[in-house]
Amino acid sequence: MIHVRNLKKTFGAFTAVDDVSFDVAEGEIFAFLGPNGAGKTTTIKMLTTLLKPTGGAIELDGLNPLTHQNEARKRFGIVFQDPSLDGDLTAWENLEVHGVLYHVPHKLRRRRMEELLKLFELWERRNDQVKKFSGGMKRRLEIARGFLHTPRILFLDEPTLGLDPQSRNQLWSHVKKVNEVERVTVFLTTHYMDEADRVAHRIGVIDHGKLVAQGTPKAIKEQTGTESLEEAFLKLTGSTIRDESADSADQMRQFAKMWSGGRR
Amino acid sequence: MSAIYILWLRELKRYMRSRAQIVASLAQPMLYLLVLGFGLGPVFSRAGYGSYFQFIAPGVIGMSVLFSSIFSGIGLLWDRQFGFLKETLVAPVPRIQIMIGRTLGGSTTAIIQGSLVMLVCVVAGFRPVNLYGIPLALGFMVLIALLFAALGVAIGSSLQDMQGFQLIMNFLVMPIYFLSGAMFPLSNQGKVLTFVTSLDPLSYGIDGMRSVLLSSASFQPAFGIFTDLLVLAVVGSILLVFGAYRFSKIEI
Repeated sequence: MIHVRNLKKTFGAFTAVDDVSFDVAEGEIFAFLGPNGAGKTTTIKMLTTLLKPTGGAIELDGLNPLTHQNEARKRFGIVFQDPSLDGDLTAWENLEVHGVLYHVPHKLRRRRMEELLKLFELWERRNDQVKKFSGGMKRRLEIARGFLHTPRILFLDEPTLGLDPQSRNQLWSHVKKVNEVERVTVFLTTHYMDEADRVAHRIGVIDHGKLVAQGTPKAIKEQTGTESLEEAFLKLTGSTIRDESADSADQMRQFAKMWSGGRR
Repeated sequence: MSAIYILWLRELKRYMRSRAQIVASLAQPMLYLLVLGFGLGPVFSRAGYGSYFQFIAPGVIGMSVLFSSIFSGIGLLWDRQFGFLKETLVAPVPRIQIMIGRTLGGSTTAIIQGSLVMLVCVVAGFRPVNLYGIPLALGFMVLIALLFAALGVAIGSSLQDMQGFQLIMNFLVMPIYFLSGAMFPLSNQGKVLTFVTSLDPLSYGIDGMRSVLLSSASFQPAFGIFTDLLVLAVVGSILLVFGAYRFSKIEI
Protein backbone atom coordinates (compact mmCIF):
# COMPACT_ATOMS: atom_id res chain seq x y z
CA MET A 1 0.00 0.00 0.00
CA ILE A 2 2.88 2.35 0.81
CA HIS A 3 6.17 1.93 -1.02
CA VAL A 4 9.05 4.18 -0.17
CA ARG A 5 12.40 3.92 -1.92
CA ASN A 6 15.56 5.86 -1.03
CA LEU A 7 13.54 8.78 0.27
CA LYS A 8 15.62 11.84 1.05
CA LYS A 9 14.88 15.34 2.31
CA THR A 10 17.40 18.06 3.01
CA PHE A 11 16.82 21.54 4.39
CA GLY A 12 19.87 23.55 3.45
CA ALA A 13 22.83 21.70 4.90
CA PHE A 14 20.66 19.62 7.23
CA THR A 15 19.53 16.16 6.13
CA ALA A 16 16.22 15.36 7.83
CA VAL A 17 15.51 12.09 6.04
CA ASP A 18 18.37 10.12 4.57
CA ASP A 19 17.89 7.26 2.13
CA VAL A 20 14.86 5.70 3.80
CA SER A 21 13.14 2.70 2.19
CA PHE A 22 10.22 0.65 3.51
CA ASP A 23 6.98 -0.98 2.48
CA VAL A 24 3.66 -1.12 4.27
CA ALA A 25 1.28 -3.83 3.09
CA GLU A 26 -2.44 -3.32 2.70
CA GLY A 27 -4.32 -3.76 5.96
CA GLU A 28 -1.15 -3.48 8.02
CA ILE A 29 -0.53 -1.27 11.06
CA PHE A 30 2.95 0.13 10.76
CA ALA A 31 4.53 2.08 13.61
CA PHE A 32 7.28 4.54 12.80
CA LEU A 33 9.36 5.14 15.90
CA GLY A 34 12.23 7.45 16.59
CA PRO A 35 13.52 10.10 19.01
CA ASN A 36 12.59 13.75 18.61
CA GLY A 37 13.95 15.20 15.41
CA ALA A 38 14.68 11.81 13.88
CA GLY A 39 12.67 12.57 10.73
CA LYS A 40 9.28 10.99 11.48
CA THR A 41 7.14 14.02 10.83
CA THR A 42 9.18 15.05 7.80
CA THR A 43 8.59 11.58 6.35
CA ILE A 44 4.85 11.85 7.01
CA LYS A 45 4.77 15.29 5.41
CA MET A 46 6.39 13.92 2.29
CA LEU A 47 4.00 10.96 2.22
CA THR A 48 1.02 13.31 2.56
CA THR A 49 2.05 15.77 -0.20
CA LEU A 50 2.87 18.62 2.20
CA LEU A 51 6.57 18.53 1.36
CA LYS A 52 8.40 17.67 -1.82
CA PRO A 53 11.14 15.07 -1.34
CA THR A 54 14.68 16.00 -2.33
CA GLY A 55 15.14 12.54 -3.75
CA GLY A 56 13.71 9.03 -3.87
CA ALA A 57 10.33 7.61 -4.79
CA ILE A 58 6.99 7.28 -3.01
CA GLU A 59 3.97 5.26 -4.02
CA LEU A 60 0.63 5.36 -2.21
CA ASP A 61 -1.82 2.72 -3.39
CA GLY A 62 0.13 2.61 -6.66
CA LEU A 63 0.03 6.39 -7.10
CA ASN A 64 2.90 8.84 -7.09
CA PRO A 65 1.80 11.65 -4.75
CA LEU A 66 3.99 14.11 -6.65
CA THR A 67 2.29 13.66 -9.98
CA HIS A 68 -1.18 12.57 -8.83
CA GLN A 69 -1.60 14.80 -5.81
CA ASN A 70 -5.37 14.83 -5.63
CA GLU A 71 -5.84 11.15 -6.40
CA ALA A 72 -3.29 10.35 -3.70
CA ARG A 73 -4.92 12.73 -1.22
CA LYS A 74 -8.25 10.95 -1.66
CA ARG A 75 -6.58 7.75 -0.46
CA PHE A 76 -5.43 8.92 2.94
CA GLY A 77 -6.53 10.62 6.13
CA ILE A 78 -4.19 12.21 8.62
CA VAL A 79 -4.12 13.26 12.24
CA PHE A 80 -1.33 15.81 12.61
CA GLN A 81 1.14 16.02 15.43
CA ASP A 82 0.32 19.65 16.17
CA PRO A 83 -3.11 21.26 16.25
CA SER A 84 -4.90 21.89 12.98
CA LEU A 85 -8.40 22.94 14.03
CA ASP A 86 -10.11 26.25 13.38
CA GLY A 87 -10.69 27.69 16.85
CA ASP A 88 -13.37 30.12 15.72
CA LEU A 89 -15.56 27.35 14.37
CA THR A 90 -17.53 24.93 16.53
CA ALA A 91 -16.65 21.26 16.82
CA TRP A 92 -19.53 20.45 14.50
CA GLU A 93 -18.43 23.01 11.91
CA ASN A 94 -14.85 21.78 11.96
CA LEU A 95 -16.08 18.30 11.11
CA GLU A 96 -18.47 19.71 8.52
CA VAL A 97 -15.66 21.56 6.70
CA HIS A 98 -13.56 18.39 6.74
CA GLY A 99 -16.43 16.24 5.46
CA VAL A 100 -17.12 18.63 2.58
CA LEU A 101 -13.44 18.91 1.65
CA TYR A 102 -13.24 15.11 1.54
CA HIS A 103 -16.45 14.77 -0.48
CA VAL A 104 -18.33 12.74 2.12
CA PRO A 105 -22.01 12.71 0.96
CA HIS A 106 -24.33 14.85 3.06
CA LYS A 107 -26.39 12.12 4.80
CA LEU A 108 -23.45 9.85 5.50
CA ARG A 109 -21.51 12.87 6.75
CA ARG A 110 -24.18 13.82 9.28
CA ARG A 111 -24.46 10.25 10.50
CA ARG A 112 -20.75 9.72 10.90
CA MET A 113 -20.26 13.11 12.56
CA GLU A 114 -22.83 12.18 15.16
CA GLU A 115 -21.34 8.71 15.72
CA LEU A 116 -17.81 10.03 16.06
CA LEU A 117 -18.69 12.96 18.31
CA LYS A 118 -20.51 10.51 20.58
CA LEU A 119 -17.70 7.97 20.44
CA PHE A 120 -15.12 10.57 21.48
CA GLU A 121 -17.52 12.12 24.00
CA LEU A 122 -17.78 15.52 22.42
CA TRP A 123 -21.44 15.37 21.42
CA GLU A 124 -22.63 17.61 24.26
CA ARG A 125 -20.10 20.27 23.28
CA ARG A 126 -20.60 20.10 19.52
CA ASN A 127 -21.91 23.66 19.23
CA ASP A 128 -19.12 25.24 21.25
CA GLN A 129 -16.27 27.07 19.58
CA VAL A 130 -13.16 24.91 19.55
CA LYS A 131 -11.03 27.64 21.14
CA LYS A 132 -12.95 27.04 24.36
CA PHE A 133 -11.94 23.36 24.41
CA SER A 134 -9.24 21.86 26.61
CA GLY A 135 -6.14 20.36 25.00
CA GLY A 136 -7.43 16.82 25.36
CA MET A 137 -10.81 17.70 23.85
CA LYS A 138 -9.15 19.34 20.85
CA ARG A 139 -7.03 16.26 20.36
CA ARG A 140 -10.09 14.01 20.49
CA LEU A 141 -11.84 16.19 17.96
CA GLU A 142 -8.88 16.01 15.59
CA ILE A 143 -8.84 12.26 15.89
CA ALA A 144 -12.60 12.05 15.29
CA ARG A 145 -12.07 14.22 12.23
CA GLY A 146 -9.42 11.84 10.91
CA PHE A 147 -11.99 9.05 10.92
CA LEU A 148 -14.76 11.09 9.28
CA HIS A 149 -14.03 9.96 5.77
CA THR A 150 -12.98 6.35 5.30
CA PRO A 151 -9.46 6.57 3.93
CA ARG A 152 -7.52 3.61 2.57
CA ILE A 153 -4.48 4.76 4.51
CA LEU A 154 -4.57 6.52 7.86
CA PHE A 155 -1.58 8.55 9.03
CA LEU A 156 -1.46 9.17 12.77
CA ASP A 157 1.41 11.45 13.84
CA GLU A 158 1.74 11.05 17.62
CA PRO A 159 -2.04 10.88 17.99
CA THR A 160 -2.00 10.12 21.72
CA LEU A 161 0.10 13.13 22.69
CA GLY A 162 -1.70 14.82 25.59
CA LEU A 163 -4.51 12.29 25.87
CA ASP A 164 -5.63 10.62 29.09
CA PRO A 165 -5.49 6.80 29.30
CA GLN A 166 -9.25 6.53 28.68
CA SER A 167 -9.06 8.44 25.42
CA ARG A 168 -5.92 6.57 24.43
CA ASN A 169 -7.68 3.27 24.83
CA GLN A 170 -10.69 4.55 22.95
CA LEU A 171 -8.43 5.69 20.12
CA TRP A 172 -6.46 2.47 19.76
CA SER A 173 -9.50 0.23 19.93
CA HIS A 174 -11.09 2.36 17.22
CA VAL A 175 -7.92 2.21 15.12
CA LYS A 176 -7.87 -1.57 15.48
CA LYS A 177 -11.54 -1.74 14.58
CA VAL A 178 -11.26 0.26 11.35
CA ASN A 179 -8.13 -1.69 10.54
CA GLU A 180 -9.89 -5.02 10.93
CA VAL A 181 -13.35 -4.15 9.65
CA GLU A 182 -12.54 -1.67 6.87
CA ARG A 183 -9.04 -2.95 6.08
CA VAL A 184 -7.57 0.52 6.56
CA THR A 185 -3.80 0.60 6.40
CA VAL A 186 -2.40 2.54 9.36
CA PHE A 187 0.89 4.40 9.49
CA LEU A 188 1.55 5.83 12.95
CA THR A 189 4.23 7.46 15.02
CA THR A 190 4.31 7.50 18.81
CA HIS A 191 6.66 7.92 21.72
CA TYR A 192 4.79 5.31 23.77
CA MET A 193 6.55 2.03 23.08
CA ASP A 194 3.90 -0.06 24.82
CA GLU A 195 1.30 1.32 22.42
CA ALA A 196 3.40 0.48 19.40
CA ASP A 197 4.04 -2.98 20.81
CA ARG A 198 0.36 -3.58 21.37
CA VAL A 199 -1.08 -2.12 18.18
CA ALA A 200 1.48 -2.36 15.41
CA HIS A 201 2.02 -5.35 13.17
CA ARG A 202 5.37 -4.06 12.07
CA ILE A 203 7.74 -1.36 13.27
CA GLY A 204 10.37 0.83 11.67
CA VAL A 205 12.89 2.65 13.85
CA ILE A 206 14.36 5.87 12.45
CA ASP A 207 17.24 7.82 13.92
CA HIS A 208 19.15 10.81 12.49
CA GLY A 209 17.09 10.44 9.33
CA LYS A 210 18.14 6.85 8.74
CA LEU A 211 16.06 3.72 9.17
CA VAL A 212 18.00 1.64 11.70
CA ALA A 213 15.67 -1.34 12.16
CA GLN A 214 12.54 -2.75 10.62
CA GLY A 215 10.36 -5.75 11.45
CA THR A 216 7.68 -7.12 13.76
CA PRO A 217 7.91 -5.99 17.40
CA LYS A 218 8.97 -9.55 18.25
CA ALA A 219 11.69 -9.62 15.61
CA ILE A 220 13.06 -6.29 16.75
CA LYS A 221 13.20 -7.44 20.34
CA GLU A 222 14.95 -10.66 19.30
CA GLN A 223 17.35 -8.81 17.02
CA THR A 224 18.46 -6.55 19.87
CA GLY A 225 18.24 -9.26 22.53
CA THR A 226 15.94 -7.21 24.74
CA GLU A 227 12.78 -7.93 26.72
CA SER A 228 10.65 -4.91 25.90
CA LEU A 229 10.30 -2.66 22.91
CA GLU A 230 11.37 0.28 25.07
CA GLU A 231 14.71 -1.37 25.78
CA ALA A 232 15.11 -2.34 22.15
CA PHE A 233 14.39 1.25 21.14
CA LEU A 234 16.95 2.65 23.56
CA LYS A 235 19.51 0.12 22.42
CA LEU A 236 18.96 1.07 18.78
CA THR A 237 18.88 4.83 19.21
CA GLY A 238 21.12 5.31 22.26
CA SER A 239 20.09 7.02 25.46
CA THR A 240 21.28 10.57 24.79
CA ILE A 241 18.50 13.10 24.92
CA ARG A 242 17.83 14.79 21.62
CA ASP A 243 17.81 18.49 21.16
CA GLU A 244 14.25 19.58 20.56
CA SER A 245 15.42 22.45 18.39
CA ALA A 246 16.53 19.92 15.78
CA ASP A 247 12.83 19.32 15.19
CA SER A 248 12.07 19.28 11.50
CA ALA A 249 9.57 22.11 11.73
CA ASP A 250 12.18 24.35 13.30
CA GLN A 251 14.73 23.31 10.76
CA MET A 252 12.26 24.23 8.10
CA ARG A 253 11.45 27.59 9.62
CA GLN A 254 15.12 28.35 9.84
CA PHE A 255 15.58 27.31 6.27
CA ALA A 256 12.62 29.35 5.15
CA LYS A 257 14.06 32.42 6.80
CA MET A 258 17.40 31.86 5.12
CA TRP A 259 15.63 31.44 1.86
CA SER A 260 13.47 34.51 2.06
CA GLY A 261 16.38 36.50 3.45
CA GLY A 262 18.48 35.52 0.47
CA ARG A 263 15.84 36.74 -1.91
CA ARG A 264 15.32 40.10 -0.34
CA MET B 1 -17.47 23.63 -6.05
CA SER B 2 -18.62 22.56 -2.60
CA ALA B 3 -15.06 23.06 -1.34
CA ILE B 4 -15.10 26.67 -2.53
CA TYR B 5 -18.47 27.16 -0.87
CA ILE B 6 -17.49 25.71 2.50
CA LEU B 7 -14.28 27.74 2.67
CA TRP B 8 -16.18 30.88 1.67
CA LEU B 9 -18.72 30.12 4.39
CA ARG B 10 -15.92 29.62 6.91
CA GLU B 11 -14.52 33.10 6.24
CA LEU B 12 -17.98 34.56 6.60
CA LYS B 13 -18.67 32.77 9.88
CA ARG B 14 -15.36 33.86 11.31
CA TYR B 15 -16.13 37.43 10.31
CA MET B 16 -19.60 37.39 11.83
CA ARG B 17 -18.23 35.97 15.07
CA SER B 18 -15.60 38.64 15.54
CA ARG B 19 -18.02 41.43 16.46
CA ALA B 20 -15.44 43.31 18.47
CA GLN B 21 -13.19 43.33 15.44
CA ILE B 22 -15.97 44.60 13.17
CA VAL B 23 -16.57 47.54 15.48
CA ALA B 24 -12.85 48.17 15.85
CA SER B 25 -12.28 48.22 12.12
CA LEU B 26 -15.11 50.75 11.74
CA ALA B 27 -13.33 53.10 14.11
CA GLN B 28 -10.36 53.97 11.92
CA PRO B 29 -12.36 54.96 8.82
CA MET B 30 -14.67 56.94 11.10
CA LEU B 31 -11.73 58.92 12.44
CA TYR B 32 -10.65 59.84 8.95
CA LEU B 33 -14.19 60.63 7.90
CA LEU B 34 -15.21 62.74 10.85
CA VAL B 35 -11.96 64.39 11.90
CA LEU B 36 -10.46 65.03 8.47
CA GLY B 37 -13.86 65.38 6.82
CA PHE B 38 -14.96 68.19 9.08
CA GLY B 39 -11.51 69.45 10.06
CA LEU B 40 -10.21 70.11 6.55
CA GLY B 41 -13.67 71.02 5.21
CA PRO B 42 -13.29 74.83 5.42
CA VAL B 43 -9.83 74.83 3.73
CA PHE B 44 -11.05 72.51 0.99
CA SER B 45 -14.11 74.56 0.14
CA ARG B 46 -12.13 77.81 0.23
CA ALA B 47 -9.82 76.27 -2.38
CA GLY B 48 -12.88 75.83 -4.56
CA TYR B 49 -13.17 72.02 -4.42
CA GLY B 50 -16.59 71.91 -2.73
CA SER B 51 -17.43 69.77 0.29
CA TYR B 52 -14.48 67.79 1.66
CA PHE B 53 -16.82 65.54 3.59
CA GLN B 54 -18.53 64.44 0.36
CA PHE B 55 -15.13 64.06 -1.26
CA ILE B 56 -13.49 61.93 1.44
CA ALA B 57 -16.43 59.56 2.06
CA PRO B 58 -15.75 57.34 -1.01
CA GLY B 59 -12.07 57.38 -0.06
CA VAL B 60 -12.86 56.14 3.42
CA ILE B 61 -15.10 53.40 2.01
CA GLY B 62 -12.27 52.36 -0.31
CA MET B 63 -9.88 52.34 2.63
CA SER B 64 -12.01 49.97 4.66
CA VAL B 65 -12.38 47.62 1.68
CA LEU B 66 -8.62 47.74 1.10
CA PHE B 67 -7.75 46.98 4.71
CA SER B 68 -10.21 44.18 5.31
CA SER B 69 -9.56 42.42 1.99
CA ILE B 70 -5.78 42.52 2.23
CA PHE B 71 -5.85 41.38 5.87
CA SER B 72 -8.19 38.52 5.07
CA GLY B 73 -5.53 37.21 2.69
CA ILE B 74 -2.78 37.72 5.21
CA GLY B 75 -5.03 35.73 7.60
CA LEU B 76 -3.34 32.76 5.94
CA LEU B 77 -0.52 33.41 8.38
CA TRP B 78 -2.81 32.80 11.33
CA ASP B 79 -4.04 29.61 9.70
CA ARG B 80 -0.46 28.56 9.25
CA GLN B 81 0.27 29.35 12.89
CA PHE B 82 -2.80 27.53 14.22
CA GLY B 83 -2.41 24.65 11.80
CA PHE B 84 -5.71 24.87 9.97
CA LEU B 85 -3.86 25.57 6.73
CA LYS B 86 -2.41 22.02 6.76
CA GLU B 87 -5.87 20.57 7.13
CA THR B 88 -6.99 22.29 3.92
CA LEU B 89 -3.78 21.57 2.05
CA VAL B 90 -3.91 17.79 2.48
CA ALA B 91 -7.57 17.62 1.48
CA PRO B 92 -8.28 16.06 -1.93
CA VAL B 93 -9.23 19.43 -3.39
CA PRO B 94 -7.19 21.25 -6.03
CA ARG B 95 -5.33 24.10 -4.38
CA ILE B 96 -6.82 26.56 -6.82
CA GLN B 97 -10.26 25.84 -5.33
CA ILE B 98 -8.96 26.42 -1.81
CA MET B 99 -7.40 29.68 -2.94
CA ILE B 100 -10.62 30.78 -4.68
CA GLY B 101 -12.75 29.89 -1.65
CA ARG B 102 -10.54 31.93 0.64
CA THR B 103 -10.28 34.87 -1.75
CA LEU B 104 -14.04 34.99 -2.34
CA GLY B 105 -14.65 34.71 1.40
CA GLY B 106 -12.18 37.47 2.15
CA SER B 107 -13.61 39.76 -0.51
CA THR B 108 -17.16 39.11 0.66
CA THR B 109 -16.33 40.17 4.20
CA ALA B 110 -14.47 43.21 2.84
CA ILE B 111 -17.55 44.18 0.81
CA ILE B 112 -19.75 43.83 3.89
CA GLN B 113 -17.30 45.95 5.84
CA GLY B 114 -17.24 48.57 3.06
CA SER B 115 -21.05 48.62 2.97
CA LEU B 116 -21.17 49.17 6.71
CA VAL B 117 -18.81 52.12 6.32
CA MET B 118 -20.94 53.46 3.48
CA LEU B 119 -23.99 53.20 5.72
CA VAL B 120 -22.24 55.08 8.50
CA CYS B 121 -21.15 57.72 5.99
CA VAL B 122 -24.75 58.22 4.88
CA VAL B 123 -25.89 58.46 8.49
CA ALA B 124 -23.16 61.03 9.15
CA GLY B 125 -24.35 63.17 6.27
CA PHE B 126 -22.87 61.77 3.06
CA ARG B 127 -25.28 62.15 0.13
CA PRO B 128 -24.67 60.21 -3.11
CA VAL B 129 -25.62 62.26 -6.16
CA ASN B 130 -28.30 59.70 -7.07
CA LEU B 131 -29.46 56.27 -5.91
CA TYR B 132 -28.04 54.44 -8.95
CA GLY B 133 -24.64 55.44 -7.69
CA ILE B 134 -24.88 53.04 -4.78
CA PRO B 135 -25.05 49.73 -6.72
CA LEU B 136 -22.39 51.06 -9.10
CA ALA B 137 -20.14 51.92 -6.16
CA LEU B 138 -20.82 48.44 -4.82
CA GLY B 139 -19.53 47.08 -8.13
CA PHE B 140 -16.30 49.01 -7.66
CA MET B 141 -16.07 47.71 -4.10
CA VAL B 142 -16.30 44.15 -5.45
CA LEU B 143 -13.41 44.80 -7.86
CA ILE B 144 -11.28 46.46 -5.18
CA ALA B 145 -12.01 43.66 -2.72
CA LEU B 146 -11.13 40.86 -5.17
CA LEU B 147 -7.94 42.58 -6.26
CA PHE B 148 -6.59 43.14 -2.77
CA ALA B 149 -7.82 39.83 -1.35
CA ALA B 150 -5.80 38.13 -4.10
CA LEU B 151 -2.80 40.31 -3.26
CA GLY B 152 -3.27 39.40 0.40
CA VAL B 153 -3.25 35.68 -0.42
CA ALA B 154 -0.08 36.13 -2.46
CA ILE B 155 1.58 37.89 0.48
CA GLY B 156 0.21 35.44 3.05
CA SER B 157 1.54 32.53 1.00
CA SER B 158 5.00 34.03 0.85
CA LEU B 159 5.43 35.02 4.50
CA GLN B 160 6.47 32.43 7.05
CA ASP B 161 5.53 34.19 10.27
CA MET B 162 4.15 37.38 11.73
CA GLN B 163 7.49 39.19 11.67
CA GLY B 164 7.01 40.25 8.09
CA PHE B 165 3.60 41.66 8.87
CA GLN B 166 4.80 45.09 10.03
CA LEU B 167 6.91 45.42 6.91
CA ILE B 168 3.90 44.72 4.71
CA MET B 169 1.77 47.11 6.70
CA ASN B 170 4.23 50.03 6.53
CA PHE B 171 5.73 49.53 3.11
CA LEU B 172 2.74 48.25 1.18
CA VAL B 173 -0.68 48.75 2.74
CA MET B 174 -0.23 52.29 4.05
CA PRO B 175 1.41 53.56 0.84
CA ILE B 176 -1.38 51.98 -1.22
CA TYR B 177 -3.85 53.87 0.92
CA PHE B 178 -2.09 57.24 1.06
CA LEU B 179 -1.16 57.26 -2.64
CA SER B 180 -4.65 56.33 -3.80
CA GLY B 181 -6.04 59.84 -3.62
CA ALA B 182 -8.46 58.70 -0.95
CA MET B 183 -7.79 61.93 0.92
CA PHE B 184 -6.76 64.42 -1.77
CA PRO B 185 -7.71 65.14 -5.39
CA LEU B 186 -5.42 63.44 -7.93
CA SER B 187 -5.91 66.08 -10.59
CA ASN B 188 -3.59 69.12 -10.76
CA GLN B 189 -0.77 67.41 -8.86
CA GLY B 190 2.95 67.51 -9.60
CA LYS B 191 4.41 65.11 -12.17
CA VAL B 192 6.03 62.74 -9.68
CA LEU B 193 2.95 62.35 -7.50
CA THR B 194 0.71 62.01 -10.55
CA PHE B 195 2.95 59.25 -11.85
CA VAL B 196 3.18 57.39 -8.53
CA THR B 197 -0.53 57.59 -7.83
CA SER B 198 -1.28 56.25 -11.31
CA LEU B 199 0.66 53.08 -10.35
CA ASP B 200 -1.61 52.44 -7.36
CA PRO B 201 -4.56 50.20 -8.27
CA LEU B 202 -6.63 51.66 -5.44
CA SER B 203 -6.48 55.08 -7.15
CA TYR B 204 -8.65 53.68 -9.92
CA GLY B 205 -11.08 52.10 -7.48
CA ILE B 206 -11.60 55.29 -5.54
CA ASP B 207 -11.70 57.41 -8.69
CA GLY B 208 -14.41 55.08 -10.00
CA MET B 209 -16.42 55.25 -6.78
CA ARG B 210 -16.24 59.04 -6.77
CA SER B 211 -17.31 59.16 -10.40
CA VAL B 212 -20.51 57.28 -9.62
CA LEU B 213 -21.24 58.73 -6.18
CA LEU B 214 -20.42 62.43 -6.60
CA SER B 215 -22.01 64.97 -8.92
CA SER B 216 -19.97 65.82 -12.01
CA ALA B 217 -20.08 69.45 -10.97
CA SER B 218 -18.16 68.82 -7.76
CA PHE B 219 -15.75 66.09 -8.89
CA GLN B 220 -13.49 65.79 -11.96
CA PRO B 221 -12.49 62.13 -12.50
CA ALA B 222 -8.73 61.71 -12.76
CA PHE B 223 -8.87 58.72 -15.11
CA GLY B 224 -12.44 58.20 -16.28
CA ILE B 225 -14.76 55.38 -15.35
CA PHE B 226 -13.81 53.04 -18.22
CA THR B 227 -10.11 53.33 -17.53
CA ASP B 228 -10.93 52.64 -13.86
CA LEU B 229 -12.86 49.49 -14.71
CA LEU B 230 -10.27 48.27 -17.17
CA VAL B 231 -7.31 48.77 -14.84
CA LEU B 232 -9.08 47.14 -11.88
CA ALA B 233 -10.15 44.14 -13.97
CA VAL B 234 -6.74 43.61 -15.58
CA VAL B 235 -4.66 44.13 -12.42
CA GLY B 236 -7.17 42.07 -10.42
CA SER B 237 -6.91 39.16 -12.87
CA ILE B 238 -3.13 39.29 -12.82
CA LEU B 239 -3.07 39.30 -9.00
CA LEU B 240 -5.56 36.40 -8.85
CA VAL B 241 -3.29 34.33 -11.07
CA PHE B 242 -0.24 35.41 -9.08
CA GLY B 243 -1.96 34.66 -5.76
CA ALA B 244 -3.01 31.23 -6.98
CA TYR B 245 0.55 30.56 -8.13
CA ARG B 246 2.06 31.61 -4.80
CA PHE B 247 -0.57 29.58 -2.95
CA SER B 248 0.22 26.48 -5.00
CA LYS B 249 3.85 26.74 -3.90
CA ILE B 250 3.19 26.66 -0.15
CA GLU B 251 5.09 23.98 1.71
CA ILE B 252 4.55 23.38 5.40
